[in-house]
Amino acid sequence: MKDTLEIRWHGRGGQGAKTAALLLAEVAFKTGMNAQGFPEYGPERMGAPITAYDRISHNEIRVHSNIYDPQYVVVVDETLVDIVDVTKGLREDGAILINTARDKEEIIPSLKGYKGKVYTIDARKIAMETLGKNFPNTPMLAAIVKVTGVIDDETFLNEMEGSFKHKFAKKPEVIEGNMSALRMALKEVK
Amino acid sequence: MPKKRVLMSGNEAVATALRQINPDVFPAFPITPSTEIPQYFSNYVSNGLVDTEFITVESEHSSMSAAIGASAAGARALTATSSAGLAFMWEVLGVAASHRLPVALCAVCRALTGPLNINCDHSDTMGAKDSGWIQLYAENNQEAYDNMVMAFNIAENKDVMLPIMICQDGFITSHAVNNMELLDDLTVKEFVGEYEADHYLLNPDETFAVGPYAVSDYYMESRKAQAHAMENAKQVILDVAKDFEKISGRKYGLIEEYQMEDAEYAVVIIGSAAGTTKDAIDKMRANGDKVGLVKIRSFRPFPGKEIATALKGCKAVAVMDRSESFSTNGGPVGAETMQAMYSEKCDALTINIMYGIGGRDVRVEDMMNVYETLKDIAAKGETGDVYRYMGLRDKEAK
Repeated sequence: MKDTLEIRWHGRGGQGAKTAALLLAEVAFKTGMNAQGFPEYGPERMGAPITAYDRISHNEIRVHSNIYDPQYVVVVDETLVDIVDVTKGLREDGAILINTARDKEEIIPSLKGYKGKVYTIDARKIAMETLGKNFPNTPMLAAIVKVTGVIDDETFLNEMEGSFKHKFAKKPEVIEGNMSALRMALKEVK
Repeated sequence: MPKKRVLMSGNEAVATALRQINPDVFPAFPITPSTEIPQYFSNYVSNGLVDTEFITVESEHSSMSAAIGASAAGARALTATSSAGLAFMWEVLGVAASHRLPVALCAVCRALTGPLNINCDHSDTMGAKDSGWIQLYAENNQEAYDNMVMAFNIAENKDVMLPIMICQDGFITSHAVNNMELLDDLTVKEFVGEYEADHYLLNPDETFAVGPYAVSDYYMESRKAQAHAMENAKQVILDVAKDFEKISGRKYGLIEEYQMEDAEYAVVIIGSAAGTTKDAIDKMRANGDKVGLVKIRSFRPFPGKEIATALKGCKAVAVMDRSESFSTNGGPVGAETMQAMYSEKCDALTINIMYGIGGRDVRVEDMMNVYETLKDIAAKGETGDVYRYMGLRDKEAK
């Protein structure tokens, strides 16, 4: 790991990419790291492409710019691959993680010759099975944790269970679904 | 003192400081361009964590007017806004200051419309720089929180009695979560204490006029008294910072100097870009470049002498402005810094760069380029254009 792990998220307004970025920062924070999570603000519209960022470091994070050469890119909506330059600046020793039901081989030609690792996960399927709705951000969060190895699976699941219990204090029935989504995603990212 | 490590946005950090302070009255306009600060705070009110009178009003002009009324009545009052909302308060900002009411304003610095823009720059608060308010600026979430905790102790000091603006960079710190440290509730409560006004409208034992007529026979003395209070604020800001260091371990001044001891090339800057500049400095220092930074924390009162003293010995200086003033000579930070340098006979070759306006991103590389420009200027012995732009889409544009 470089001094600072830098991650860029691409999603569409309303999918929870910003929330996932902030949750990843929180997970890293809880393991004792320094973290910074922020969205790039523009016109806020449902469905419009949005970008969010994470920095994770053992050192104090002082920089306040966007991230231009991330180690990892997360694509929450695969239709963005054709309209946003998702691999722009992405380091070849890094990786891209894409939410798709398709095989890697089908996606790779859209990635403009990116030579680093490509991971895929069918977050929609996982969300539908575990949450009954297409909320891809929970499985995407688990998948990027797995890909980056920023925290081990068991600690991650424990931390998230604590967060969900707090966040969903008034609707505890959704906690188990979210935990299942995380567990499935940790296994199914490939 | 017990402290708590947290991950928070700048908005939540300031709202948390306010919860710990538990002010008497908080009027707010609850719609765009307001910030999450009143939104968080309204939750604290609903959940009974504070007993503040939270008043939703129909405009920012009204929120400031209500804060002024509450403060004149003897209450500790504040409001929060951003961008066009601050512009709409402009008329009454001067009223708060001239009435010598220690109102606080949580300002999240954002561009002014037009073209329509909601992103970070300092146009809103710099537009209010001559309104008689104290202005403290934060580099990050921690500083925004710390400045808020110190705000009322400065404003309510009997030698000051001026309103105070606690400024942080829109989105860059207001909406970004970052590690920081909270003081515990009791420590803050004891540090800030209760506000006891000497004179207030709800005192039945003393008749008291607020906002009387003062034509040419007294108006000028009133202005001079405000200026005198602002001079006093310099020492009070330092005294409060010293007390704050005892409870937090964190040091604050009117300015912060970073790697200035032997600096030959210096940047003068306000706000979040100071952090980015520090990373640029560390990279360049690793290559032996003697580069440093003067970060302005207090823009009102303006620590001209302190800044000029810190810059003495530099070969070249870039003063950075995140707002235009259309003077065709540069921005507000540039104008005031250069005036102070002239008075203190600091003769470093100095340029004034407009940057980051309307949310234009500022990277570490951009700040390294500024230092490279300063090295060129020093080598040539000439500033060239003093008033410049950085990061325009058209690189050739000046």
